[in-house]
Amino acid sequence: MKENKRSAQTLWQLFKATFLLSAFTFGGGFVIVSLMKKKFVEELKWLDESEMLDITAIAQSSPGPIPINASVILGYRMCGIPGSLIAILGTALPPMIIISVISYFYVQFRSNQIIATALQVMRAGVAAVIFDVVWNLARNVIHTRRALYILLMVGCFVAKVFFGVEAMIIILGCLAVGILDLVFQLKAERSTGHSASCSKDHEAAAVTSDTVKEA
Amino acid sequence: MSVLFQLFFAFIQVGLFSVGGGYAAIPLIQNQIVDIHKLMTLGEFTDLITIAEMTPGPISINSATFVGTRLAGIPGAVLCTLGCIIPSFIICLTLAHFYYKYRNFSGVQTVLSALRPAVVALIASAGLSILLLGLFMSDLSGITLANFRPIETCLFIGGFFLLRKYRVNAIAIIFGTGVVGTLAYSLLGMVA
Repeated sequence: MKENKRSAQTLWQLFKATFLLSAFTFGGGFVIVSLMKKKFVEELKWLDESEMLDITAIAQSSPGPIPINASVILGYRMCGIPGSLIAILGTALPPMIIISVISYFYVQFRSNQIIATALQVMRAGVAAVIFDVVWNLARNVIHTRRALYILLMVGCFVAKVFFGVEAMIIILGCLAVGILDLVFQLKAERSTGHSASCSKDHEAAAVTSDTVKEA
Repeated sequence: MSVLFQLFFAFIQVGLFSVGGGYAAIPLIQNQIVDIHKLMTLGEFTDLITIAEMTPGPISINSATFVGTRLAGIPGAVLCTLGCIIPSFIICLTLAHFYYKYRNFSGVQTVLSALRPAVVALIASAGLSILLLGLFMSDLSGITLANFRPIETCLFIGGFFLLRKYRVNAIAIIFGTGVVGTLAYSLLGMVA
């Protein structure tokens, strides 16, 4: 009974959070991911930061809208399939309501000067929120003190901004780097005689730290 | 086949084949709605994209709702959105299942750790594009001093300061810059 009540509460919170975030997400998938990070990692402390980044990577690499993809995974993590459905509902409802209302007078909406101004200035606020999130994320990457990760971060940023490399290619490239990194680590461990690194680590299952474990 | 079913299957395909979010979906939607099924003219479709960009939420959900509402009312909107979401739901649920099953293997952690800096970089670059749009109304290549917008710059700095220093709620910041900025422009009698 108590269990049921708690999960109903979590579902309601999940719905409220995704609904609000979706209603204020102007400007694409990574904006809502930044807002989700603030809400679910910093405020509600439901997830740790590395988990949110993994969810983002999966959401970006799967077909379909990024906010919906991220909601599916996030909801599943909190309350299984019901959580997933609730999170989708929360994310899809605001744009559906707003658009179905606007579709009846979209010509007036499109040419309204005040709305155009509000949307333009709001970009400054959205950018401030994203940079606040990026500040924390980048600091944590630097705190890993691993040159590989810092180089990857800077390199990917340069590749995306100055060379226009597709996000998908960047993620696949880093996946390849990660696999190579694993291969080299396993080789190094074998030569020093440690046990294989691939065994399931139940200790780590209980507590996953914010920052990357490897020195 | 009724229009509703055509719409539903058209948006299933949009959901299934648009990898990489928002802008990747636009040509697919155009192809399905304008070219194949002729449910809209190109002019209406251009309006749709403008509206979708002006309102919150994912572009494919916005366009699914817009197309659905205009062609078949609320049931149309629901059905189109559903079509757009179903592929995401199935694929991401499967991936989430495997992610949570295997993420605590230390080998998997090593691989994922290399992905995280990339995601940080991608979020940062998305932030930069929005910042440039806000401050110069252009992308990186189109920046000129003449386009510089002082009001938005003040809003950005103020918002960033409030977020870092006082941990103000993110939605309050976005909404607040909208209100303050619009008031500033109308008081100064300028046009954004």
